[in-house]
Amino acid sequence: MPEVVIRTSGLTKVYKETKVPVNALGGVDLEIMEGEFTAVVGPSGSGKSTLLHILGGLDYPTAGHVEVGGHHLNELNDRQLIDFRLEHIGFVFQAYNLIPVLTARENVEFIMLLQKIPAREREARAAQLLQEVGLGDRMDNRPTELSGGQQQRVAVARALASRPQFILADEPTANLDSKSAGNLLQMMAEMNRREKVTFIFSTHDQRVIEKARRVITLEDGKIVSDVTKA
Amino acid sequence: MYLLLAWRNIWRNRRRTLITLASVAFAVFFSSLMQSMQTAAWGNLIDNAVRFYTGYIQIHHQGYWDDRTLDNSFVNQASLQSKVAQHPGVVAVVPRLESFALASGTDRTKGTLVIGIDPEKEDNLTNLRNKMRAGTYLQAGQKKVLVAEGLADFLRLAPKDTLVLIGQGYHGANAAGKYEVAGIVKFPSTQLNDQVVYLPLPEAQWLYDTGDRLTSLSLLVDDPGKVEDVTATLQQELNATQFEVMNWQELMPELVQGFEIDRIGAQVILIILYAVISFGIFGTFLMMTTERRYEMGVMLAIGMSRLKLQSVMFLEILMLALGGTLLGILVSLPVILYMHNHPIPVSGNLAELYQNYGMEPVLPFSRKSDIFLRQAYTVAIITAVLGIYPLWFIQRLIPVTALRS
Ligand SMILES: Nc1ncnc2c1ncn2[C@@H]1O[C@H](COP(=O)(O)OP(=O)(O)OP(=O)(O)O)[C@@H](O)[C@H]1O
Ligand SMILES: [Mg+2]
Repeated sequence: MPEVVIRTSGLTKVYKETKVPVNALGGVDLEIMEGEFTAVVGPSGSGKSTLLHILGGLDYPTAGHVEVGGHHLNELNDRQLIDFRLEHIGFVFQAYNLIPVLTARENVEFIMLLQKIPAREREARAAQLLQEVGLGDRMDNRPTELSGGQQQRVAVARALASRPQFILADEPTANLDSKSAGNLLQMMAEMNRREKVTFIFSTHDQRVIEKARRVITLEDGKIVSDVTKA
Repeated sequence: MYLLLAWRNIWRNRRRTLITLASVAFAVFFSSLMQSMQTAAWGNLIDNAVRFYTGYIQIHHQGYWDDRTLDNSFVNQASLQSKVAQHPGVVAVVPRLESFALASGTDRTKGTLVIGIDPEKEDNLTNLRNKMRAGTYLQAGQKKVLVAEGLADFLRLAPKDTLVLIGQGYHGANAAGKYEVAGIVKFPSTQLNDQVVYLPLPEAQWLYDTGDRLTSLSLLVDDPGKVEDVTATLQQELNATQFEVMNWQELMPELVQGFEIDRIGAQVILIILYAVISFGIFGTFLMMTTERRYEMGVMLAIGMSRLKLQSVMFLEILMLALGGTLLGILVSLPVILYMHNHPIPVSGNLAELYQNYGMEPVLPFSRKSDIFLRQAYTVAIITAVLGIYPLWFIQRLIPVTALRS
């Protein structure tokens, strides 16, 4: 029986810095189970990024509760959240995920260095993951020498490297052409199966949505549908 | 890997890094050069002035320096001289009796400064023997005089000619004497060159009818750095109502003042220079942080602690500062060493001042290591202070905001 890794209740986010306060999230109740491959979809401004940021411990909700792997994120301070992110979450952002002065291999190793994993283990795991995402021959290239799709693959490899509870990917394919986007999703789905890592990603892309097993649709900060394929 | 990261970050913008390094290096170079020149110039000047005439410390009868007359002379007790000579730090004690007189040669007369000296001790302090241009040096017990070159020319005197001195002695007695010119001495200072007459101390005491009295004891010390201490302890040991103990700063206030003015001027120039350089360095820091805002947001997001991120940034700053400083020292060292061996000639006011104190009018350069060290400290401190900005920037960077930018 898979366990619940994320549980939120009444999650609300109001941005008050603007002239008119923006209700980015209006009471989100959500449960995500271990091993899911879930897409968060919805029109621009519906609160996808806001939700993912809060689930990943990058931002605090204005109200409501979020519990990730037994950690109550509302109660953690800035420093504890950074540690929490390092140990439990893998991030893939829309673009420019990588440290530009480090090679693909170094980027993947870097996060394990932060986790104080011994050098030999780091090297072996970085090489293995880059093989798995199909970049075995580009390991010593810097991000600028890689295509957008390849960069995103390195980002996924990096996210996996830290052995997180789940990977949050905010529009990972937004900057890619449809072929690269398809390939990236294919690869993520494979990793989900093989490494048994939970994936939560947001997207606009219809073809990407089709690959998800569960699709959560947001509108104006509220969940309007939540469909799990058989 | 953190070091590697910092190193590669620095070279992301090669041109900017080179400009930053060059400006730090220039600041160190320019300020080292300036300080080297100043330290050496004034060090020489003071040393020469002191060695040339006053000595590091003088002891007078209380009130003599304000009213330089024989009435303010003191009895030359052997106990006083030995007490002073045995004082820690004192190397030599040189007695003098100074007063004024009219000097006549064959057909002309001129006001002169008459100095009674112990020929050997005087030579020890001021190298008087080296200033001889004609004739022979004074010997104790002779009834002969040394005449400064300018005065000798005016009076048309040569060695073996006769000089007549007429003046007022101690307590208003008449003073008159006739002396054979033993030799001619040359002083670079025209003021002295036109009016000094030296004669052996007993002859001067006889001329002015002072008995065994002196107007000053000039002291040479082993370490110029200890002058103030020695002055203070001597003043304590000697009866303050009877004697005044003055160090060279008090004896030559115009020299000290000149030094101060020059030093402050240089300081102002350096402050301006450093301010300009600081803006440059700050600009670099500003760009280093703002252009990497997104990237640093990602690093914080994936779990790099602020402290680690700050350490990497600090390493970069350190490399820039140390690199620039080292480069500056590397460039200044050969230049200063060259200048040290090939000093630049000077002209104008400074040249005059030099000549008045009997020095060659050239700008010497000091190669004391603390000059470089002081510049290195200054640059290090400036960079450290400016470096607070990037560290503070990282401290308050909010990852979500950075990621949305
Ligand atoms: N820092 C902020 N200050 C004010 N309003 C914000 C801020 N961040 C987001 N918002 C607003 O909150 C709402 C939700 O934004 P969010 O970025 O979560 O939407 P999204 O679904 O990810 O949109 P997109 O598909 O364009 O990425 C939007 O109306 C947005 O303008
Ligand atoms: Mg978004």
